[in-house]
Amino acid sequence: MNWRAVAIVYGKELRDSIRDRRTIISMIVVPVLFLPLLIFGVVALTFKSVTKARQEIPRVMIIGGENSPRVLAALQAAKNLQVVPAAADFTKAILEKRVRAVVKLPPDFDTVIARGDKCEVEIYQNQGEMKSVFAAENLNAFFRNLSDATVRERLGARGVPVGVLQPFTTHRQNVAAPSEVAGNLLGGVFPCLIIVMCLTGAMYPATDVTAGEKERGTLEAVLCCPVGRTELVFGKFLIVLTASIGTVVLSLLSMGATFQLAKQILAGSGPREVLLNIGAVDLGGMAGVFLMLLPVAVMLSAALLLVGLFSRSFREAQSYCGPLMLLAMAPALAAALPGVELNAALAMVPLLNVSLVCKEILAGAWHWSHILLIFGSACLYATAALATTVWMFHREEVLFRS
Amino acid sequence: MIETNQLTKIFRDRKRREEAPAVNGVNLRCEPGRIYGLLGANGAGKTTTLRLLATLLKPSSGTVCVAGCDAIREPEKVRARIGFLSTGTALYGRLTARETVEYFGRLHEMREDLLEARIREVFATLGMDEFKDRQCDKLSSGMKQKVSIARTLIHDPPVMIFDEPTVGLDVMTARTIVQFIRECREKGKTVIVSTHVMSEAEKLCDRIGIIDRGRLLVEGTLAELRARYAAHDLEDIFVRVVEGPP
Repeated sequence: MNWRAVAIVYGKELRDSIRDRRTIISMIVVPVLFLPLLIFGVVALTFKSVTKARQEIPRVMIIGGENSPRVLAALQAAKNLQVVPAAADFTKAILEKRVRAVVKLPPDFDTVIARGDKCEVEIYQNQGEMKSVFAAENLNAFFRNLSDATVRERLGARGVPVGVLQPFTTHRQNVAAPSEVAGNLLGGVFPCLIIVMCLTGAMYPATDVTAGEKERGTLEAVLCCPVGRTELVFGKFLIVLTASIGTVVLSLLSMGATFQLAKQILAGSGPREVLLNIGAVDLGGMAGVFLMLLPVAVMLSAALLLVGLFSRSFREAQSYCGPLMLLAMAPALAAALPGVELNAALAMVPLLNVSLVCKEILAGAWHWSHILLIFGSACLYATAALATTVWMFHREEVLFRS
Repeated sequence: MIETNQLTKIFRDRKRREEAPAVNGVNLRCEPGRIYGLLGANGAGKTTTLRLLATLLKPSSGTVCVAGCDAIREPEKVRARIGFLSTGTALYGRLTARETVEYFGRLHEMREDLLEARIREVFATLGMDEFKDRQCDKLSSGMKQKVSIARTLIHDPPVMIFDEPTVGLDVMTARTIVQFIRECREKGKTVIVSTHVMSEAEKLCDRIGIIDRGRLLVEGTLAELRARYAAHDLEDIFVRVVEGPP
């Protein structure tokens, strides 16, 4: 291998890529600005709208209860409910959002309770509407408290201690370190995100240095130079890998910075708790994941280069890249599913194996036998992808496909 | 010097499941200081022949010798001795004229000091100093053509291969190319040009070969062809050769 020739090709491709607006967009603008804005923007907006919905005092309607002034008064007095006059078309009222939820009291509710009998209260809600569900939760909580108070009253009247019905209480304790909690939160998403970033950054340069060069006729001109095809393909491969890894690194840095900023902005709100958890992620684990994903970046870069080489034109290459992205994301998404855990068979499935072991690493479980086996197999797949690309670059019918 | 012996290239047509010879037993001899014109219709095998000479394709059989090197056994040596200019300028739009030429010089393993001197010489000869630091995308078609010539010439190859070099060019740019091809001859280079423009071949070529369906049907000087086919116009000669005896 003539590394000087590789360096010449790489240097030219690097200069060419840096001057290309489209590479800059896919490598810098998307990961640094667009993606964090998208992810944190969606999270922040979701939390804000949920918080706002929770803070709203919902309008509720009471159907029945004419002979039950006690419960009616208690409902009217509830601070988290706004009682509005009853109407016959109460289901329509919920659907039209005139009220959020409706409670239907059985006849003589107060009397039945006072008698010590049992009755059923119906709560109506719109399951597809968040504010309606919250209103129904408020009503449910009201009646649960009322039920508890009634039980206590009845037991008190009979001189029976409350402990008869509640002989003990339970309390859950978290034994996982904050980093492990964060690892579990991120474990599924993180490898998938890196794979998407690998592809996003590499897709355009890979297409440009292969199918683009074919289309412009520059590939033929370069092939007429006394530089080996292996050197040529390596120079091109390295620029694709640079774009791929560069995009991942920039994405991670940008996400880290956005995350810190988001913590400040969302201070005191619900999302902050989630962000604090994520912020506790183990940096060693992150570094481990990054190393595990290096052969994946090599494999994906080689695969994209292969697609570009095979294509006759830039447009044809782009049309193949979309399905390739879905194909690469599918195993990573499968790894993110709850309950999918690493076993001997899955350890051999490309992308899925790395995603699963990354999930383990981020959760603080460093099973070295798994890690070494999967890193080895990932390197093997990467080498095979690269070797196939080099082989394709030597094939006349691929280079001069028309 | 370019010399081929029974040069054959067979492509496999996977759809039709058959083998199609694109070049079939071609014997060529192009001498230094002469321009050889390869004349043929579209799909006759001109580009495949030139790609075989430039070692872009490997022959199915036969031999190719370019500037004393065997194209099959020493393809890199052959590539170091040829300049290949094809249809279109084939430039990197985001590189400047100078960067483009530098890149090709480095790919030809030129020493940096020699490359620098050669760039100065070529740019001065072609009148490129004015736009040497402009990106190729921003150049006029005439300027682009000059950059293309400069990158082909930078390593001063003894053999020049032109594949339909004037197709799609305006009159002035085409003239620049034709002039450049003549200069190559004057400098003693071996020149082979493929074309289907008869007038161009008449004006330019010292020796003409007519290729059809991969076979070199006839070759000779223009005078020899005129005498052999009793016709003055090259187009008439071409039609007679391709259509064959009645």
